[in-house]
Amino acid sequence: MKILVTVKRVIDFNVKIRIKPDGSGVETANVKMAMNPFDEIAVEEAVRLKEKGVATETVVVSLGSTQAQETLRTAMAMGIDRAIHVPLDTEAQSLGVAKILAKIIEKEKPALVIMGKQAIDNDSSQTGPMLAALLGWPQGTFASKVAVADGKVTVTREVDGGLETLELKLPAVVTTDLRLNEPRYAALPNIMKAKKKPIESFTPDQLGVDLAPTVMLLKVSEPAKRKSGIKVADVAALVDKLKNEAKVIS
Amino acid sequence: MATLVIAEHDHKSLKPATLNTLGAAAKLGQPITVLVAGYQCEAAAKAAATISGVAEVLQADDTAYHYFLAENMATLVAKIAPGYSHILVPATTTGRNFMPRAAALCGCAQISDIIGVESADTFRRPIYAGNAIATVQAKDKIKFITVRTTVFDPVPAIGGNAAIRKIDSAGDSGLSKFINQELSKSERPELTAARIIVSGGRALGSADGFKQIIEPLADKLHAAIGASRAAVDAGYVPNDYQVGQTGKVVAPDLYIAIGISGAIQHLAGMKDSKVIVAINKDADAPIFQVADYGLVGDLFQIVPELTKAVGS
Repeated sequence: MKILVTVKRVIDFNVKIRIKPDGSGVETANVKMAMNPFDEIAVEEAVRLKEKGVATETVVVSLGSTQAQETLRTAMAMGIDRAIHVPLDTEAQSLGVAKILAKIIEKEKPALVIMGKQAIDNDSSQTGPMLAALLGWPQGTFASKVAVADGKVTVTREVDGGLETLELKLPAVVTTDLRLNEPRYAALPNIMKAKKKPIESFTPDQLGVDLAPTVMLLKVSEPAKRKSGIKVADVAALVDKLKNEAKVIS
Repeated sequence: MATLVIAEHDHKSLKPATLNTLGAAAKLGQPITVLVAGYQCEAAAKAAATISGVAEVLQADDTAYHYFLAENMATLVAKIAPGYSHILVPATTTGRNFMPRAAALCGCAQISDIIGVESADTFRRPIYAGNAIATVQAKDKIKFITVRTTVFDPVPAIGGNAAIRKIDSAGDSGLSKFINQELSKSERPELTAARIIVSGGRALGSADGFKQIIEPLADKLHAAIGASRAAVDAGYVPNDYQVGQTGKVVAPDLYIAIGISGAIQHLAGMKDSKVIVAINKDADAPIFQVADYGLVGDLFQIVPELTKAVGS
């Protein structure tokens, strides 16, 4: 069975972002970038399924600038077999990304697609279900446990009330939540080996996908700032403030 | 044109998030239809019909909707979507699961997690864990929208008298099957609807720490219990307690952060709370930057003291 995973290059989750002074977006030049954390979990899960002998081949796909190839190398250093890069000058929107991925999946025919539940830049949480829709495949979002057997995948999902388990017919799309696994660090020999692994490239034109956006970004602004608070000396002072100043307890 | 709001419910009654979503829908100033898709969901449909400002209720009643499987929900929503200019759903794990699928079936984009309605096609939404706010204009004919319910006031649950129209099921895809669920049972208020939240971090040290330190204070304040990702990862409390960018987003009147350092990802989930209290032994913890009232010290000493002092 072949597994396809997707990765996105985003601003590292530890970096405090800066909004461009003209409000046109968030500054990404000279900012530390990294693989979207949920995608790391997707990569790890695919590699583990191969190590367990469930998967026979693993492929990773990324859309984006030339630097996206670094993220693909990271995935291959973690153990993915080969990579596909779709070069883009500007960022595509979720539906466009899903259309591109659907075309690649037509060629690759994986039995399972694993992707992050959301990218931590746009926080949209859309691409997985959109891809499943375009393919007509079932979906298991927010997965904290994945088990493949007998042409089916059993997915335990983190939902608002607790956990929910679904059984999906393969092929299927699964999106990862935080507690699915703990991604490994790539060892140096594997980083060296990953440099020799192949990266194929397809442009959106070659794939026949129109990426014209339908949601226009008008501006990006700072969120409302909280006014800074105070430190209180002890519990009595805290209770007094909560009762008499903030009036949130009686 | 008309707006469709997809109700979140348990077949018997509506979840509060539905009323907040209707609050967002009301800002569009169009007639509002509510879709109740469920199994033996007569009571939920009736509850929707009494909501103030609802023009019509559609009820799709079928076993296919018993567990709100994304495949079946999306097919139904996509089938009725062409009758509406806007389709809104709460940005809960249910809405976030089936809504993008429905949008893609209609060839439309989705605008996720809106926090403001500027006009019929322009919305505000948080990006980068709420550290930036994007204003976006949607060009698609049908706007598929998920709503951050904590920022919109709920509409009154009563005062309306809408007609209920039964609609056909769009059937079962046969692609996915519900196996089971383990839902946290709690007598406490729901995290996303609570007026007061007591939230604990890894500094609690254990599941027992939550029981002995957090629970008594929450009991005293009739509060919901939340947690940081670190506390959930460590297994102190179940996943559905997690507050943050990737967990639940909350905005209670009072949020008490205990032993939580205040990672960006956690702040994203609670910084819209009206009043924030932080209790932490590290005076430099980032949580103090958003806290209205900070108390530096040992939580194992301070919190029991606080529990004793409140409500007495």
